[in-house]
Amino acid sequence: MKKSILSATVILTFVIYVVATLTKSTVIAPVGDKTPPVQSTPSQSAAYKDGTYTGDSIDVYYGNVQVQVDVQNGKFSDVTVLDHPKDRDTSVSIYEYAAPKLKSEAIAAQSAQIDAVSGATATSGGFIKSLASALAKAKN
Amino acid sequence: MKETRIIMGMPITVEIVDSSAKEKDLDDVFSYFQNVESKFSKYKETSEVSKINNGEISESEYSEDMKIVLELSEETKNLTNGYFNIVTPDGKIDPSGLVKGWAIYEASNLLKEKGFNDFYIEAGGDIQTHGTNNEGEKWRVGIRNPFELEEIVKVVYLDEEGIATSGTYLRGQHVYDPFREKPITEIVSLTVVGPNVYEADRFATAAFAMRENGIQFIEKLDGFEGYSIDQNGIATMTSGFEKYTNK
Repeated sequence: MKKSILSATVILTFVIYVVATLTKSTVIAPVGDKTPPVQSTPSQSAAYKDGTYTGDSIDVYYGNVQVQVDVQNGKFSDVTVLDHPKDRDTSVSIYEYAAPKLKSEAIAAQSAQIDAVSGATATSGGFIKSLASALAKAKN
Repeated sequence: MKETRIIMGMPITVEIVDSSAKEKDLDDVFSYFQNVESKFSKYKETSEVSKINNGEISESEYSEDMKIVLELSEETKNLTNGYFNIVTPDGKIDPSGLVKGWAIYEASNLLKEKGFNDFYIEAGGDIQTHGTNNEGEKWRVGIRNPFELEEIVKVVYLDEEGIATSGTYLRGQHVYDPFREKPITEIVSLTVVGPNVYEADRFATAAFAMRENGIQFIEKLDGFEGYSIDQNGIATMTSGFEKYTNK
């Protein structure tokens, strides 16, 4: 599989505006089955120190995932993915689809303006783990 | 107005375009999700799901929401030939695969009841849209590149629709194939667009578990379109998918 199809256009779609009121932020519990639950304890006042905190780099199937959290005035201002799966196993065979009538295409990065993103990332074990470790560091 | 909070272990974003929207309206939506979490979280000892799994409450004591979710889970299991199943290998129930989409859908109904027309709600990558965005156009939703997380590989244009993506491209997968122990590696991401996010979500989960046959399952479902991406970066789409890629 050619890497060139995943072309270089970098769109920073994964800047999530976490304007969470900290008293309302609740359990960081993974949806996946394999990650232990991590709790961010709710508290009355600012539970997090201002600053930028980097979560652990979590080894995932295709590489690593690492999440960075920015805290301003005791609230989340940003959650960003720093590291992400990069390499794929190029030795696997191209899969033959059972019903070839469906249209196929090689995926390629788009640069269009968007309002929201659909993807499975935010519920993945690696994302949640790294986020939880970043939040632990940010705690007062 | 737009806000994101972390509830149910994931970022949840609500945007309401209607100028009459107040902070309290966003609060009400987030409160709803917290209420859902307190009932359905398998990580909270006090949740209804935990109480059921610990044998602490009997069926006659189930809340209305629990009864609805269990009923919808059973219905979904039947519609997907058993590929969607909330019973875990150790015999407990874990309805989280249904609850997310259902909760987003119910929360969007809450905003409709409040009289809002232009909004979207996104939780963990699943989205319900309604009306138009702040430019008066269809909502533009990108499908994330499963290999390069800052990138999008497709844009769909939605008015009142739901979109959900299922995937296990990261270790810690939350979808498993109930019929085979072998991990799902044939496809890495499967997106479903449909009349509402609850249905899109349950069919995306089931179709993903069907591996490379999942897109054919979506093809056969009336009113639903799908876009799956395999481990080599090749996408396959249902025959009506491209109607969503036009503005």
